Amino acid sequence: MRTDLAVIGAGPAGLAAALAADRRGLRVALVDAAPEPGGQFYRQPAAGLRAERPQALHHQWRTWVGLRDRLATSSVRVLSEHHVWCVERTPDGPAVHALLGPEQEKPAEVRATAVLLATGGYETVLPFPGWTLPGVVTAGGAQAMLKGGLVVPGRTAVVAGTGPLLLPVATGLAAAGVRVAALVESADPGRLLRHAGALAGKLPEGAGYAARLLRHRVPFLARHTVVRAHGDTRLTGVTVAALDAHGRVRPGTERRLPCDTLAVSHGMLPHTDLAESLGCRLDGLTVAVDAEQRTDVPGVWAAGEATGVGGAALALAEGHIAGRSIAARLRGTVPDPGEWAPAARARARMRGYAAALDAAYAPPAHWTDRVTDDTVVCRCEEVTAGTVREALALGAGDARTVKLLTRAGMGWCQGRMCEPAVAGLAGCEPAPSRRPFARPVPLGVLAEQHEQHTERGPS
Amino acid sequence: MNPLELAGAGPGPAFEVTFDGRRIEALPGRTVAAALWAAGVTSWRTTRGGGRPRGVFCGIGVCFDCLVTVNDRPNQRACLVPARPGDVIRSQEGTGRAD
Ligand SMILES: Cc1cc2nc3c(=O)[nH]c(=O)nc-3n(C[C@H](O)[C@H](O)[C@H](O)COP(=O)(O)OP(=O)(O)OC[C@H]3O[C@@H](n4cnc5c(N)ncnc54)[C@H](O)[C@@H]3O)c2cc1C
Ligand code: FES
Repeated sequence: MRTDLAVIGAGPAGLAAALAADRRGLRVALVDAAPEPGGQFYRQPAAGLRAERPQALHHQWRTWVGLRDRLATSSVRVLSEHHVWCVERTPDGPAVHALLGPEQEKPAEVRATAVLLATGGYETVLPFPGWTLPGVVTAGGAQAMLKGGLVVPGRTAVVAGTGPLLLPVATGLAAAGVRVAALVESADPGRLLRHAGALAGKLPEGAGYAARLLRHRVPFLARHTVVRAHGDTRLTGVTVAALDAHGRVRPGTERRLPCDTLAVSHGMLPHTDLAESLGCRLDGLTVAVDAEQRTDVPGVWAAGEATGVGGAALALAEGHIAGRSIAARLRGTVPDPGEWAPAARARARMRGYAAALDAAYAPPAHWTDRVTDDTVVCRCEEVTAGTVREALALGAGDARTVKLLTRAGMGWCQGRMCEPAVAGLAGCEPAPSRRPFARPVPLGVLAEQHEQHTERGPS
Repeated sequence: MNPLELAGAGPGPAFEVTFDGRRIEALPGRTVAAALWAAGVTSWRTTRGGGRPRGVFCGIGVCFDCLVTVNDRPNQRACLVPARPGDVIRSQEGTGRAD
């Protein structure tokens, strides 16, 4: 298939971009791994569940309805259940390689003049003893199962970690009938207040969540952390403890909360695999973009959490700007940023919020002190903290060397789950991991790809 | 309140699948993971090394902790694969292959 613009990711960023470009006359393909558009924030219940009130699980529902209705009347081609494993640079523009359906075995290709990477992100969970027990899930994962499958993992949950995502997850689970025994936030609310200036626009949202927590009688334990999850073959409870100003556990404050579910999250990381294989420059762990959301690779734009974690409203603004920029550039004109000034102002404001939230919600210092040697760090290869520490003692100075010595990060998830932990134990900043592909690729598909290349000759 | 009531769901009739030989009911549209959660099952895999139980972790296809065997195909991500009538779902040990 050939199109003007291939948008990868149908979350808020991808949807806004696809609609803006469509309105300006481009042929747009909107490619997403999921069965339905929406991404994480606007994830919809599976069609077969025929939900009449999905908005009961959502915020900013009207924005979603607007996007959904405009998509329905647009000419955007929605290619759902397309898992993109690689975007390749060819002489006549980017080629998007995908695998079809949940099985991810049959290939599909979309050729485009421009591509927008709007792939969003995934959660970080830092390890602690017991975190691999069934019943321990990521906070966003619990939310995704709730929004998409209308299902909850248990009867009594603790929601823990740090970050703004914990609030909607705790209130969502409570509204769905789960008893939320506590919301355990390691950050200090005082730090949020210190950023009150930058967060002024966000405070009403926070107050709304606070009221809902109160209504569902969810105890809020600030400056607390989960030190251990208990259970043999499944979760039976957690031990929580108070943290001092330095992020260390206050002796004597440990107490046990019985629960069958722990929804835990320590922040978000952007998906950058596709950008990295295209050779786009990264800025730390995010895809670097200019004011028009262009990467440094011609024909490749990026928007949303792939370019920095900041929530759905930021993703919408960035996507809108990207879509307009692409429409102008593909016509061979230079866009006038004045035309998208409101979106640019929203983007600046939201990036300000994001920076303030990031500073307020950093994981507690000294979290690695609580990771016992027998704690599994790499969930796929079952590499323990003790093994990682041995490798470090042997002189491994960074995550990459630890990986070679211990296999941490070499399993199915390709290190997505353990990289922040390994970096933390090594005492270095997480670095981009340069995965060859965004998805595991069947050998047959790779071989076919290779043959095509040999026929075509080097490009 | 449960999530189905909260969202005003009116799904079609439930269908049957089996999990390790046990019959369970699944609602149309739900993934294998959602169907298992609804039946009270939270683990369906044991790890290759320590033989430890695992189930859903990330819920969005990134972590591969939820691998399961569906109709003799091992290594399916339960959080992505929709349940279909008559599916034979089996816990997966290690790689799910006889090796
Ligand atoms: C599990 C999870 C749950 C979350 N829940 C909430 C919440 O309840 N409230 C909240 O405020 N924020 C939530 N967030 C944060 C959320 O990511 C942002 O608020 C917002 O959705 C970001 O928009 P986006 O367009 O950048 O990316 P997303 O909404 O993440 O959309 C990205 C899309 O790209 C697709 N994609 C990614 N890689 C590929 C690929 N290789 N091939 C094909 N498709 C691909 C994904 O399927 C997804 O649909 C959640 C995040 C996660 C990870
Ligand atoms: S739960 Fe992470 S891949 Fe299914």
